[in-house]
Amino acid sequence: MDKKNRTYIRIIILGVLLVALIFAIYSSVVKDPGVVKAGDEAPNFSLQQLNGSNVKLTDLRGKGVVLNFWGTWCEPCKTEMPALQKQYEALKDKGLVVVGVNIGETEVAVDPFVKSLGVQFPILMDRKSDVTKLYKIGQIPASYFIDEDGVVRDIFVGQMSEEFIADKVAKILP
Amino acid sequence: MDDRKCECGHTNPVGTMLCESCGKPLDSRQQLTAETAKEFPDMRYEGMARRSQTYSKTVIDKIWNFFSSVKIAIYLIIITLIASAVGTIFPQQQYIPVPVYTEPEIENFYTSTYGTLGKIYYLLGFHNLYSSWWFVTLLVMIGTSLVICSLDRIIPLYKALNKPRLNQHESFLKGQKIYGSMELQEDKHDLFPRAAEELKKKGYRIYQEGNSLMGEKARFSRWGPYVNHIGLIIFLLGVLLRNLPGFYMNEYVWVREGQTVAISGTPYYIKNEQYTTEYWKEDEMPEKLDLQGGVIPKSYQTDAVLYVNKNKSLPGAEPDLQEVARGPIVVNHPLEYEDLLVYQSGVQEMQLGALNFQLIDTKAGNTPVGSVKLDLFETKPEQQVADGIKVRVLDYYPDFFLDASGKPATKTNVPNNPMFALEITSDKEPVKEKLVYLRGSIITEKQDQRYTLQIVKPDLIDISGLLVRKDKAMPIIYFGAFIVILGLVMGFYWQHRRIWLQRNGDTLHLAAHTNKNWFGIRKEVDHLVEKLELVMLIEQKKK
Repeated sequence: MDKKNRTYIRIIILGVLLVALIFAIYSSVVKDPGVVKAGDEAPNFSLQQLNGSNVKLTDLRGKGVVLNFWGTWCEPCKTEMPALQKQYEALKDKGLVVVGVNIGETEVAVDPFVKSLGVQFPILMDRKSDVTKLYKIGQIPASYFIDEDGVVRDIFVGQMSEEFIADKVAKILP
Repeated sequence: MDDRKCECGHTNPVGTMLCESCGKPLDSRQQLTAETAKEFPDMRYEGMARRSQTYSKTVIDKIWNFFSSVKIAIYLIIITLIASAVGTIFPQQQYIPVPVYTEPEIENFYTSTYGTLGKIYYLLGFHNLYSSWWFVTLLVMIGTSLVICSLDRIIPLYKALNKPRLNQHESFLKGQKIYGSMELQEDKHDLFPRAAEELKKKGYRIYQEGNSLMGEKARFSRWGPYVNHIGLIIFLLGVLLRNLPGFYMNEYVWVREGQTVAISGTPYYIKNEQYTTEYWKEDEMPEKLDLQGGVIPKSYQTDAVLYVNKNKSLPGAEPDLQEVARGPIVVNHPLEYEDLLVYQSGVQEMQLGALNFQLIDTKAGNTPVGSVKLDLFETKPEQQVADGIKVRVLDYYPDFFLDASGKPATKTNVPNNPMFALEITSDKEPVKEKLVYLRGSIITEKQDQRYTLQIVKPDLIDISGLLVRKDKAMPIIYFGAFIVILGLVMGFYWQHRRIWLQRNGDTLHLAAHTNKNWFGIRKEVDHLVEKLELVMLIEQKKK
């Protein structure tokens, strides 16, 4: 085996090992490739609306969408609901939709709860937590601000104030 | 004179310790005599030049040389061991009790819990050690070193062993640990054929050329360590492959009896038809145990059905389920479907599933009118109890408590303490009465209501914890592990033995080498000397 050949073989072997290194680092540092990030297209889904028909996320294209994941047991979710409702009322004619996604609860628990808070924006019932898993929701409330093209502009986990919502919503209005 | 040129005329590569052609020790500093034979080169690689010692000119060669060093490999392993140990001093980030993993919160946890050391620990990134880029780099470097060290040694070794050298230089024979010589008084023509025959009986392969004979046995055991390393590399590759999408999945799902749950990340759904814990009966026990009323579980079993969702394009949409597998899942006996394995791995027994009541008409002598079932998970908003009589759910709090403002609320979404507000209406009479169920009692709105509920035994259900696992890399990992064992067995249970017989003029030399078990080869050499009736003193040097 002459020197040139040997160098080539060494380059090939080192190259393969380098690829393995890059792959190993990539897959350990980039933890969860399935997580929805700002800038991604919001994964589509279809859910039954509380006391209503099915709603597809893509049906809301052309509107700014606030996707809010919540549950009746979650105190901060309850606290921020009126603020969301206010924004919805003020801007629904300008192309804003607030969509509350309830995580796995029954209608009999959700319906009185929503009514008592005076919430009028659509509530989707994620009975099997399919969409909650799709968005890999951990902490709630979790809110996704989606623009008219269906792209997630911002994500916030935790309770939001009215000003905060107004500020974020301004960026997604069509 | 060029160091590399042996007196036999052969030019050896740089780093060669024993001439490739005649076997004479090459280091010019060592003039080998019987007295200085202790300095005879190590036979581990047959005195061949390791490939990386041969040339070191380009960057590629330099990198190659770096990784080809066993010393470097040992340093890498030591550094990795120390780093791994440091990672266990304080808990890793994934185990710390912080509600939301934001950087300030994490930093605050380490600083406030462990003080300055904790802060240093956090700042140096030890809280995410095992997935940090430098730790992964260390692991891959060990892998690289494994590959290159092996290649660097196996190729020259193969070359040396593939063409057994006969007619060795005298000093090669004298340098061997087992060596003996004698003057041949008479011409023994049958010596070599007899020696060959004796060695063959002991399982040796014979190589012969002129006045030189070599018997060799179990050469393959020299490949053991390399086979072992190939196994390790396959094993590591398998572990690495798990990171590829679709290769590895590990999901835990809780499934109530009767419930069908989606397995996230897959198109599959699993249904728990029934869960049972079986206990050892007293007559099954070999001796009488005083269990003080306790019981010993015999088996945990979930009867499960696995479905595939044909309507997987849109999450949340009503699934179109098609059964693909069904059967019992017992601990260590998973339900298998294609490369999916579902293991029994947890249970919560006797959980409230549904509340049951009898609707009582107090105006008709407390006669039961009909039964009411309030499912805690799939609660029907309204149900017909008897002709014209309906029960409607007004409010449902699965885990009831009074919040800070004194209003009813739910603590969790788990029905630990269900509270229902109900309304009973009758078509026939203008009756519209309300009542509340809470903590095993019924509270009516008015004192003298016509209808009330009598509590009967609730439905208790078991919730089964199932572990869904997919591991396509497993066959590769097992294969790698098998190769590792194969290499170990090759290397440990056989020894590469060689016996040389060489006649130079009137002198007969006998030398022997093995890579381990010198006692064994010594016995075979003694046996050979005895059979050939040689008058020879065999010396065994200590090295």
